[in-house]
Amino acid sequence: MSLSIMLSQLSVGMVRAVGIFALTLLFSLPLGMLVAFARMSKNGIIKNIARVYISVLRGTPLMLQLLVVYFAPFYLWHANIGGYRFAAVILGFTLNYAAYFAEIYRGGIQSVPQGQYEAAQVLGYSKSQTFFRIVLPQVVKNILPAVTNEVITLVKDTSLAFALAYQEVFTLAKQIAAAQTNFIPFVVAGIFYYVFNVLVAFVMERIEHKMDYYR
Amino acid sequence: MKILEINNSRKHFGDLEVLKDISLSVEKNQVVSIIGPSGSGKSTLLRCATLLETLDGGDLIYLGDYAAKADENGNAVYAAPEELKKIKMNFGLVFQNFNLFPHYSVLKNVMEAPVLVQKRNKDEVKEEAMELLRKMGLEDKADAYPFQLSGGQQQRVSIARALAMKPNILFFDEPTSALDPELTGEILKVIKDLAAEHMTMVIVTHEMAFARDVSDYIIFMDGGVIVEEGTPDQVINHPTQERTKLFLSRFKND
Ligand SMILES: Nc1ncnc2c1ncn2[C@@H]1O[C@H](COP(=O)(O)OP(=O)(O)O)[C@@H](O)[C@H]1O
Ligand SMILES: [Mg+2]
Repeated sequence: MSLSIMLSQLSVGMVRAVGIFALTLLFSLPLGMLVAFARMSKNGIIKNIARVYISVLRGTPLMLQLLVVYFAPFYLWHANIGGYRFAAVILGFTLNYAAYFAEIYRGGIQSVPQGQYEAAQVLGYSKSQTFFRIVLPQVVKNILPAVTNEVITLVKDTSLAFALAYQEVFTLAKQIAAAQTNFIPFVVAGIFYYVFNVLVAFVMERIEHKMDYYR
Repeated sequence: MKILEINNSRKHFGDLEVLKDISLSVEKNQVVSIIGPSGSGKSTLLRCATLLETLDGGDLIYLGDYAAKADENGNAVYAAPEELKKIKMNFGLVFQNFNLFPHYSVLKNVMEAPVLVQKRNKDEVKEEAMELLRKMGLEDKADAYPFQLSGGQQQRVSIARALAMKPNILFFDEPTSALDPELTGEILKVIKDLAAEHMTMVIVTHEMAFARDVSDYIIFMDGGVIVEEGTPDQVINHPTQERTKLFLSRFKND
């Protein structure tokens, strides 16, 4: 197999890895906010559900969670899971990363001083105006370094989709390497993840830099 | 005309009775200072007056509108949220720690609430905000961020922010306590200027000489009660209560 054929096969996997990455962030960043609110809820039941959710999803392997998400419909209801592979990958990743983001958001929200809420309250801001205009921008700045860590981990974690035989770049590299008894696919995959992460780190740094206008 | 009236207010935190039957009223254009040892309930009184805390008992009235009204048992019953939102526009509060919004420029700190909350015309508000900043000697800081300012400058911004809402009464909770001693003077001067313009104010302060000079009326609180009150001459120069004398003796060198 020529290098160019190998590369073109692997590039399909790269696009899929980027797809997992982008969709996971798209869904888990907002879901994490909901989980964080649930975790900080005054309602004891909601709070405990969120606490258990976070604890279980952070306390068990993502690979296991992917398998559970994928196969559960079959074992529980004998559902046909034939066309469900990609959705299961995204769902599994989203549920897992939402748990991590929830804890990051919670820390970020709690680090905004009470005085900020009080100043806004006396000035007549509504609860939602206070949150979106006063609290959230400060939370974003506070949590960026922690979010950057998670995002970089996510780039590498996309390879775990191999557990569901989803044909992203790592799964394909493994298959091609085995079939061709050739080491090159692994090197290509490694370079891909590394370059991807360098780009991610660059973008996150730019965003952090943008937030540097205040302290 | 009474701007603020508080009758028989009570407030407790757990087992601690922080306000025990406190009453006070503030007339238009009046400057009232509240003095007293730390822990006597001064901040709690201001926080209840500004709806940051809820009273257990008593009345809280702004210009005849009841924010809270005592029922037959003396328990405070609060008005509906919509009514409280309107009542809130009567007052402003200047905090000890400024509590400026760090992610906003000085100008935006001052402008946002009038535009967002009071739905006033943005250009008009901007003109007024710049005028307020000029008055505070901060016209060249409009585009600066709070972290770039000294404590005294930050406190002046927070006073401008409160004034931009055109409150009928302005509360100050130890406005100079978080400042380096050499910066307190500039804030006290701003408050004196406001008094000269007949701004109605309630000021919690440990600056006795300032309180004596600026106030029409002084309240000495200790242990959640008003121990002594009257004109500055009565309370500071000729106190009758032992607790007042003892407290003031600590400020003799003022
Ligand atoms: N949120 C609160 N919870 C419990 N105790 C409080 C709270 N706020 C104030 N206190 C207590 O109430 C008392 C009066 O406090 P405060 O009004 O801050 O006094 P001052 O402003 O005169 O120093 C103090 O003993 C303080 O510890
Ligand atoms: Mg206090």
